[in-house]
Amino acid sequence: MKIKICIPTERIHNPIISESIIETGILLNIMVANIDSTYGELIADVKDSRFDKIKNALESRGAIVAILDRPIHRDEEECVECGACISVCPMNVYAFDENWSLCVDEKKCIQCGMCIKMCPHGALKLGE
Amino acid sequence: MVEKSVHEINKKIEDGSVNVVTAEEMVGIVENLGVEGAAREVDVVTTGTFGAMCSSGLMLNLGHSEPPIKIQKVWFNNVEAYSGIAAVDAYLGAAQISNTRGIQYGGAHVIEDLLRGKEINVHATSYGTDCYPRKVLDTTITLDDLNEAVLLNPRNAYQIYNAATNSSKRILNTYMGELLPNFGNITYSGAGVLSPLSNDPTYETIGTGTRIFIGGAQGYVIGNGTQHSPSSGFGTLMLKGNLKEMSPEYLRAASFTGYGTTLYMGIGIPIPILNEKIAAATAVRDEDITTNVLDYAVGSRDKPVVRMVNYAELRSGSVQIEGKDIPTSSLSSFKNARKIANELKEWVKHGTFFVSTPVERLCCEGSAKPMKQTQAVPLVKDVMSDFIVTIKKDQTVQDAAKKIWENSFNHLAVVSDTGELVGILTAWDISKAVAENIFDSVESVMTKKVLTCAPNEPVDLAARRLDRYGVSAMPVIDTQRRVLGIITSDNISKLLARRY
Repeated sequence: MKIKICIPTERIHNPIISESIIETGILLNIMVANIDSTYGELIADVKDSRFDKIKNALESRGAIVAILDRPIHRDEEECVECGACISVCPMNVYAFDENWSLCVDEKKCIQCGMCIKMCPHGALKLGE
Repeated sequence: MVEKSVHEINKKIEDGSVNVVTAEEMVGIVENLGVEGAAREVDVVTTGTFGAMCSSGLMLNLGHSEPPIKIQKVWFNNVEAYSGIAAVDAYLGAAQISNTRGIQYGGAHVIEDLLRGKEINVHATSYGTDCYPRKVLDTTITLDDLNEAVLLNPRNAYQIYNAATNSSKRILNTYMGELLPNFGNITYSGAGVLSPLSNDPTYETIGTGTRIFIGGAQGYVIGNGTQHSPSSGFGTLMLKGNLKEMSPEYLRAASFTGYGTTLYMGIGIPIPILNEKIAAATAVRDEDITTNVLDYAVGSRDKPVVRMVNYAELRSGSVQIEGKDIPTSSLSSFKNARKIANELKEWVKHGTFFVSTPVERLCCEGSAKPMKQTQAVPLVKDVMSDFIVTIKKDQTVQDAAKKIWENSFNHLAVVSDTGELVGILTAWDISKAVAENIFDSVESVMTKKVLTCAPNEPVDLAARRLDRYGVSAMPVIDTQRRVLGIITSDNISKLLARRY
């Protein structure tokens, strides 16, 4: 499953992620990491069965962990299937099939929102 | 030699014996039968395109109010239209943005809302005359209430269009969509093999008066488009059609983040195959249509060409730049272009659409001129301070403080031993260093990532950069990174004070 890990300002200097990985032995596949001196936000993939354990390890160190369960939603009426979303998506969620119809592989989505800004027709949003 | 007339083809459309194919199908037919065979067999080739066409708008007539008004200014759902024409006519441009909702909603959205039967708020003002005494008008209208609602598009259906990429380090928001940093993506527009003017590049059959598919209705080419630039392959068309007959399937409002609004238009043009030359032109393939990938990081009229590319490469999903595969995005819908070419094919086949002879040929030579500018654009070098105080990176913070105090100058350019710019130090940086009790070398307290500009850049570009990054000054450097001067917000204020 995809999870979002937020590291608050006061904890940013601690190696929270590394400590949690070493403690639990659970591997995180980090897909997006935005970390600076004031704040950190990561999106990672983790096996469903290991989620509780890594969540406890991270949260005991002051991180905030959330499951990302709002996959990208495409309004098929509004979408004109131009393909503007294809090149900005870091995870290749979007592709054309052989008929030039747009295919959306929601499972790959890391909810970064790049495609939402790119879509000229406002056809994409993160579902609730 | 095959010679057919438009009249003969229309007779075949009438009696149902016409052979019509799409421009995509024509490629294979010419491959199989040769140009002569294809010209004999095929009577009409249909084209199609569906993409962003900013240069579109609606000419409308509201009818007269009681008491009557001579509208001077008018807004539709808070989007201003031009009404300096007659009392109750107006032209609503697709790219005009809303006074209240900004670039989320514009003229294009009003046009789509009208087409979808929605009620539109109208607010109009006037100065009042004896025959038109009214000064303010507020009402709501739907498409049915308008006397005329004519889509009148000054520039549509570009023959080809440049593809876009971005060499800079930040995301650019453009009319070509979001361009990712460091050549992160390429965006392009146009239907390639199906593109109307690419299938008739010398405008043998597409001209003034040509009957076309526009937004799901029958409309007409009314001449060459504005900025028609055939010598460089950038031919354009001016089009008209009746909004009341159109369908929202083929006319859609759009908004490009950080740029503005535009109208996605569906255009289809039939090409009557009158001879071999025309048949050969309609056999054009994606790989035969080339365009340039331009670097939109350069905010100037002349953007550098990164490379040449053809539509087969663009449509393959990635294009190589400097050995790297860059993902491509289309901004126009090929699926819809194909749907339009097929729809038009059905119309011709079923005798509801007849081809036409242009009453006048379009000009196939000449180029659009750049704007004549009588006022010189001020350049950075014209307004920068060429007095600049520099300091070496290994000098002390105290040396720096002294230099700032002695010269009453807020910014020190930090240079290496060979004179190249390596950092910048401001009075603020020194205050911070003193507050934190740091008195080491200049290098430890300076800003290393310095925003710079070139002497020949227009001041407007420098001002935009200062504003975007929230800094008060930028060193002006040459190509060897030697400091020539500095441009500060002060210089720009003085320039503005002179200007007004």
